[in-house]
Amino acid sequence: MKSNVGKLIFWVVVSALVIGFVVAITGRAILPAAEAAPLTAGGAAGLPDVVFYALAAVTVAGAAGVALSRNILWSAIGLLAALLGVGGLYVMLSADFLAVTQLLIYIGGVLVLVLFAVMLTNRIVDVNVSNVSAGLYGGVLIFVATIPVLLTVALVTPWRLRAIGEAAYTTGLIGNALLTRWLLPFEVASLILLATLIGAVVTARKEIKAD
Amino acid sequence: MLQVSLPHYLVVGALLFAFGLVTVSTRRNAVGVLMGVELLLNAANVNFVAFNHYVMEGVSGQVFGLFVIVLAAAEAAVGLAIVLAIFQTFKTIDVREADLMRE
Repeated sequence: MKSNVGKLIFWVVVSALVIGFVVAITGRAILPAAEAAPLTAGGAAGLPDVVFYALAAVTVAGAAGVALSRNILWSAIGLLAALLGVGGLYVMLSADFLAVTQLLIYIGGVLVLVLFAVMLTNRIVDVNVSNVSAGLYGGVLIFVATIPVLLTVALVTPWRLRAIGEAAYTTGLIGNALLTRWLLPFEVASLILLATLIGAVVTARKEIKAD
Repeated sequence: MLQVSLPHYLVVGALLFAFGLVTVSTRRNAVGVLMGVELLLNAANVNFVAFNHYVMEGVSGQVFGLFVIVLAAAEAAVGLAIVLAIFQTFKTIDVREADLMRE
């Protein structure tokens, strides 16, 4: 066990390294590569923009709930909010089939599965880092290490946007794409699902102990 | 810049990713770690679909997003089966307690 002074020195060194990394990456690699993209261009906010901001707020609040909740059930509810928000964002991005698939499979399948697992293994009470600052500070450090780089790349890069035409129903287009251009990944995905089925059943079986 | 364009969606994806990373790194509950992995996958998916809408022609980004959803569901199923098996063996799902390779 490290002593308190050893731990403090460790965390100071790690923080300095992380901050140095963030500043170096942002200053040296990202900013010079970006031309001067006008950040203040754009029109006024219309109703779709208000809807986007509401959905984005729900999504990010849900994600924050997953990361920061003490109770695992509040994390599951936060995950529900995040998945719902992402489904709404898919609708804003005219991905209608994907939005419904997100709701059906992610919320109706994965989240229900996660809730099953939470309820079946619910013997842990203290599920997050407690008042010990090491874990919480490590989480903050990770957040600080990733967010500035990602935000800088997102906001500074001059993306080449295309002229967006009218939104079309994507179900037929996705179906055609899955059977023409993306046929091999489609077949591989079905193989993966078969392997997952077998693996999940075999892994979660209770061993019958021979007496 | 109030009017919504590609960077706004990328910021949402970045925030989801960062929170997912924090969840995976600091959670002690194994199911909590899996929730973080779902957040990471959703962040990547938001990026895929946003680029498909704003930059690309066609639906390739959405097809990729579909595959990500399929794989995320498969991985969640197997991951939770493993969590259940760990619970049967160690009687806890604290990730710090499951430290034996074979019972």
